[in-house]
This record gives sequence, C-alpha cells and structure tokens, in this order.
Amino acid sequence: MHIGIDVGGTNTDAVLMDGTRVLAGVKHSTTPDVTSGIVQAIEDLRSGHAFAGADIDAVMIGTTHFINALVQAKRLAPTAALRLGLPATKALPPLVDWPEALVAAISARSYLAHGGYEFDGRPISPLDPDELRAHAADMKAAGIRSVAVSSVFSPVNHDLEVEAGRIIAEELGPDVAISLSHEIGRIGLLERENATIINAALRELAAEIVDGLSTAVRKQGIEAPIFLSQNDGTLMDEDYVRLYPVATFASGPTNSMRGAALTSGLETCAVVDVGGTTADIGLLINGFPRETSNEVKVAGIRTNFRMPDVLSLGIGGGSIVDIETGEVGPESVGYRLTSEALVFGGSTLTATDIAVAAGRADIGDPSKVAHLDPALVQRVLARIAERVAEAVDRMRTSPEPIPVVAVGGGSILLPDELTLFGTVHRPENYAVANAIGASIAQVGGEIDKVYAIEPGRRDAALAEVRAEAIDKAIAAGASPKTVTIVDFDEVPIPYLPGNATRIRVKAVGDLDMGV
Amino acid sequence: MSWQLTAADLPDLARGATLLGTGGGGDPYIGKMLVERVLGDGSITILDPDELADDLFVIPTAQMGAPTVMIEKIPAGTEPTLALRTLEDHLGRRADATMPIECGGINSMIPLIVAAETGLPVVDADGMGRAFPGLSMETFAVYGVHGSPLALAGERGERVIIDTGDDDRQMEWLARGITIRLGGVGHIAEYAMSGADVKRTAVPRTISMALDLGRAIRLARESHRSPFDAIAETLAPTLYSHVRELFVGKVTDVERRTTDGFAKGRAEISSLDPGSAERFEISFQNENLVARQDGVVVAIVPDLICVVDHESAEPITTEGLRYGQRVRVLGISTPEMMRTPAALAAFGPTAFGLNEPFVPVESRA
Repeated sequence: MHIGIDVGGTNTDAVLMDGTRVLAGVKHSTTPDVTSGIVQAIEDLRSGHAFAGADIDAVMIGTTHFINALVQAKRLAPTAALRLGLPATKALPPLVDWPEALVAAISARSYLAHGGYEFDGRPISPLDPDELRAHAADMKAAGIRSVAVSSVFSPVNHDLEVEAGRIIAEELGPDVAISLSHEIGRIGLLERENATIINAALRELAAEIVDGLSTAVRKQGIEAPIFLSQNDGTLMDEDYVRLYPVATFASGPTNSMRGAALTSGLETCAVVDVGGTTADIGLLINGFPRETSNEVKVAGIRTNFRMPDVLSLGIGGGSIVDIETGEVGPESVGYRLTSEALVFGGSTLTATDIAVAAGRADIGDPSKVAHLDPALVQRVLARIAERVAEAVDRMRTSPEPIPVVAVGGGSILLPDELTLFGTVHRPENYAVANAIGASIAQVGGEIDKVYAIEPGRRDAALAEVRAEAIDKAIAAGASPKTVTIVDFDEVPIPYLPGNATRIRVKAVGDLDMGV
Repeated sequence: MSWQLTAADLPDLARGATLLGTGGGGDPYIGKMLVERVLGDGSITILDPDELADDLFVIPTAQMGAPTVMIEKIPAGTEPTLALRTLEDHLGRRADATMPIECGGINSMIPLIVAAETGLPVVDADGMGRAFPGLSMETFAVYGVHGSPLALAGERGERVIIDTGDDDRQMEWLARGITIRLGGVGHIAEYAMSGADVKRTAVPRTISMALDLGRAIRLARESHRSPFDAIAETLAPTLYSHVRELFVGKVTDVERRTTDGFAKGRAEISSLDPGSAERFEISFQNENLVARQDGVVVAIVPDLICVVDHESAEPITTEGLRYGQRVRVLGISTPEMMRTPAALAAFGPTAFGLNEPFVPVESRA
C-alpha cells in the first residue's frame, strides 16, 4: 500500500492506495504548520481503512509550499548568483531581469567569472580559481548562505560548473548550499540561471520542509521512503528535494490531471478541473500533461520550467451569475460561497445556486432557489457547457475525438454530454484527484543538449541520448523494465555546420518499490 | 521627421520585429534587454530616410549567426560598437548614423545598442524589409551598394576586416566561417553608404513600422479589439499595404532538418473544422519561404508569410512551432523595390531553389 498527499493552500487531501485502487480518501483544511495537517490526514486515513506503518511502501506528497514562498517572497535564503562566461555575457549579468523586490528578498549578489563553453564544447576561457576565491570571500563577507552557479553552454559540458562549485564550496564551507544550473534547466542561459537562483534561494526552506514532512510521517510509524511530486508528474525522493526544491513548482495541476486520468481509466484525455473560481483545462497525452511551449514567468521571473499547458476559464462553483445576460464569472464569491450563495441564505446568485436549481447538486437549502426561472437556469448551464466545450476544443491537438474528464467540487456545473466530445466522464473520488495524482506519479529522467551529429551517425547519436535519459530515470528510482521514452524532440541549430542539433528526451518508469 | 525612441517602446518594437522576421531572424528578447541596459532613461534619435543629407555617412550594424547560440552565450556588450569602430578605422571616416541591415528579428535591436552607446542616430530603414538568411540578400546590394569592406567583432575583442569587392556572396561565405570560429555569433558593420545611397537602396521606415505593428497589436488586445484588424489598419498606409489571412488552423506536423547550415523544414497546418480536408503547408529555410494550400502556392518569398497565435496574434518563429498550436497564417505584400527582377534574383524564389515563380500575394485568387 502507499499514501498520496496533496498539500494545497486551502485543503490537504490524502488517499490510501493499493496499487491504483483507492482504499480511502480524506480531505482536511491545510494547517499553518503543515505537519499537523498531514498527521491529521494520515490518522483519518487509518480510521477509514486500518493499516500498520509497515504496510506502507511509499508516501508521495505534492506541495505548493515552494512556489508560494517565492510568490510571497518569504523564507528565502540570502543568495549569490555566480556565472562563468567572461569575457562573454557581461552585457546582461545575473538577476538582470528580476523584480527589485525579489532581489531584495534574497539579498542577492551577482558575480561574473571566467569559464564556460562554446556550443561545440570549446572553452570560452579557462577557469580562474583565484578569481572564484575572491568572489567567495565577498560572498562570505555579505552573509550569503546559498550560491547558484551557471555557466555558458553547461548543458553541453558541465565540467567547469562542477569545478567552480567545488572551489566555492571549499571557501564557504559545508553550510552554504551550491546549486548548479546544468542540473536544473535547459539551453537558454538567463532562464536556466533564473531557475537555479530560485532553487538556491529555496534550499534552506527545502531542508526545513523535508524535515517537517518526514517527522510527520515517521510519527505515524511509517518508515517507507517519502517522495515529492515534480512539475512533469514524476517523483523525486526527499534527498533530491533538498537539492532541487524548484522542481516542485507546478506539481498541483499536474497531479490533478494525472489523478483524473487514473480514476477515469483514460490515458489520453482532456481534464476539466472546476474549483471555486476557475475551470482549469489541461490535456493528458499518454498519461502525461502536455507542457506549454511558451516561456513561463513565475513571480515575475522568466524561466524555462516545464509547466503543464493549462487554460483557465473564469467559471467555478462560486462564480457570480448575471441575471440579465445569463453570463457566468469571472467574478467569484470564492471562499465566501457558504455565506453569500442563495442556497446558503446569502443574496448573490452563484453558479452553485444554478446547479442546485437544476437538480444537479444537493447543497444547502434547495428551497431558496426554487423561485429561479427554469429558462434562465437552462440558459446559464448551456452557456457554461458551450464555453467549456470551446475551451477543450482549443486545447486538443488533433481532430480525433478526445474524452473529457471532469474533476473538482465545481464539476457539478458541467453537463453529462458535451457538444463535440460526448459523455463527460466523472470518476469516483474526483474531490481528491490531486492526492491520487501524487500517489501514482512515476519517476523520470530528462536530457536536453546540443549535439554535433556527424554525417551517418544520427541513429547512433540518438540511441546514445535515449540511453542517457533511461539511465537517468533508473538512477532516479525507476524500475528498469518499466522505463520508456515518452518525449522526444530534435531541433537543428541553423547556421552552424556539423549538424548541430538540440535534442530533448524524457524517459519515465514506475517507481521501483522493491517488489 | 526624426523622432525619439525610448526604452518604453522596446517591447512593442520587439513584437513587431518578430512579426517582420517572418518566422526567423532570432528572438529579439535578449536584444531588447541589451538595449534597455545601455539606454536606461535616455533616448535614441531615429532619422527619417527622406530627410537625410545626401553626404551623410551611414554604417549599418548587425549580428550574424545562430539565434540558438545567442540565447546561451550572451554578448559581452562591446561587440556591436567595436565592429562599427573597426570599420570606421579601416575606412578612415567616422559614421554620422547607423542603420539596421535587417528589420526582422534581433537585428532590429543591434543598431539601437550602438546608438545608445555612441549617441549616433539610427536611420529608419533597412536592407531586407524583413529577415533573410544571408548577408547578400539586401536591397542595398541589389541597387548597387556592396557589403565590403565588412568588419566583424567578437567578445574577446577580436576584429576582422573582410573585403571581397563587389562579391557579396563571397563576403557572406567568409564571414559565416569566421562567425562559426567565434562560437556561432559575430557582430558586424558593413554596407557603409551615403545618405543618397540610403534613399535609393534602403527599404524606408521599417523601424517605425515594426514599432507601430507591435503597439497596435498590444493596444488591440488591451481594448479587446481584433489584433488582426489592427495589423491590417497599421499596414494599409505603408509600403506593405496588403494583408491577407491565408489560413486558420492547427499545426499538425513540423519537420525540421539541417541542410547546408540552415534549418530547413516544413509545417503542416490543418483546418479547425474536423470535416474539412484542406491542407496547408509552409516550407521554411530559417524564415518562411512558401505557403501552399492543397498544393497550390498562396504566398511566396519575398512576400511575408507570418504565423501568429490564433487569438493574440503573437508572432511564432519557426523554432517555436509546435504540434497542436492554433494559428493564423498572414500573407503580407512587400514593397515594389523588393519585387523587381534584380531583387527577385537576389532573394526571390529562385534564390532559394524554388521552381514556382513569384506572384504577389495580393494578386492571387
């Protein structure tokens, strides 16, 4: 058996799973100290379905802690950004495009040094250890507690990044965390560097949170390994989170989509997650969320994180309905639903009131919406259905019909049939889809590099890259026989000879639970 | 009339320049930040080409190489001005102004870096009227101004002068080789010319057009108007007066390969109507070259073929094309000076090995 937990801003959901079967599911308010919310959730699971600590093989946790810490600029460590690349890259030093408030929040210091590589692996300039030691001394004097090291074309060759990290660590001692950009991001220096600086700023918090989570779980007599879910729907173990907290950033929507897929039994589908304020629509292809191809800004910082491509509509259970036009949202009563909606004795007509009036849900006092004009109720629901269908159509990638799965408390607003898409699938346990998604996550490995492919060696080169991704997935804990390549992208670099090509490969497999 | 460009104009200029890049030219994002850093609260004087003194001495500046390298190996910042100074030293004469050689993509920004650093004004014109993959594909060259001598600079302070006389293709070939040795990106100053030459050989007012386009798209979005109407309205009074929506659909296939140092390939776009069998295809060589609907050419180089987001009209580069994107394809007419027999020989269909003749996008059925 294993346990999936999703710690959201409002609710902490937990599920007890046997393979892909849900044995028990609970929902709790998130507590300010987080751990007591988790302890509570596990205790509730136990009362729903008795188990001993030793029965649990793994605990998978999805959390929004780290992205919230960044967005709120709280609990971030004093951080230095060191870049190797001189004499190149001087024009735009590290942190150049960061919002000032965040630069201040991490007491950031920015350093440039010699080093880095050309696209084809030739060095730009040799590393200068004295220069690095001088930078380290300055960091020490400034009270820096975490360092991000980036280097030009480190995705092609990361030797100098590793070496510079070693020199800095030697000077600053073991208490200062070092984050290396080639382990965090892809080609695109500023975006990769930004992600690395964010990671560095979160390292202390990561240690704290992982300690808190594991204490909470251990208190329940569970000695099984703890994993956290990553942006791409794969898992990382607790040691990995201590090093790469930034990889948890977009795990929320990913978990909800994957949970929807499991509970509905569909690998390729559109998922509509209707909450209180928005309906978030994403696409699941072979069990994984389709990722956005645009640059992603987090807290005003440009990064190249892999984030699920989610389209948000202002339609949710708390959306305010315009009596005249029958239009819904984007304004919502939000968490005040239980006091402001008509069915709860309030005076605002919300989408939930419409669902109750139509007999789709039994919430609050139905007599309070009995007066609503049935024609209006039908018009509002038809309009919601039309907008959701349109949005799903915008998201899908081929004209092939794609099944639609509805999850989330607000999914009562959706009809049983959607134009163009037919039956709307409503899985059991839809309310705890996030926790289920966390519990079934797989482990993966990703490679993204520029290769100079010699004529006639393309197949061999591609095979090497694939093997590298598979090895990375296995190193991350995947059971070797389950690992497959799920994503492959090859983009030639124009103007350069030798068929310089950027290749991205992702391999994933089931977590090896030692069975 | 001359006018002042400030940092606040740069996001709009970048968006417009990406559209004029017609799929290529490189993402101007890094270029925009480079200008912002040097410009600060200052401003750059932009000169109207019609008002130039005939003896004004203009040295265009640009960057050449792989956009993919530019997003990783950011410049030291000294290269563009070093290229200009190197050519000035070689010619024994100081420039009165600089100018883009290419208004599409990142090369819309490089002369602005030079201007912000040196205080030189920038001429509102360029030699491509869009983006092209080679230094010889210039209206300057077509109408008798040659690229040589060319100065090339790298981030370590390397300086190279290439002089191939009237042979602009040989100049391109040699400069390309050095750029590769420099690590994939080089900064250049070339096509030095007089104000009179600018008036005769340059595509006029392309900086202001890029800025107007970017601004119009943004304002339309902000006021919930159609950005496509805004594009058409902006271009109507310019030399690029015809805009045609060639196709609306979803990217259903993208194929890329590197041949002769270029990113060549094709994108297939299918109708949004599931019942429709219409097939639309774009072939590209860094930039979009030809668009065919059900096998019939609907737009061809040098006319602009621009793929933009279906709703926001945000331009999409060939590298950014992804399966599943909902897009509109716009065909935009180019100025007459880019369609003469001499111009078509330099950068028309035959220059890219295409067999189909050039037919203006606006005169197709």
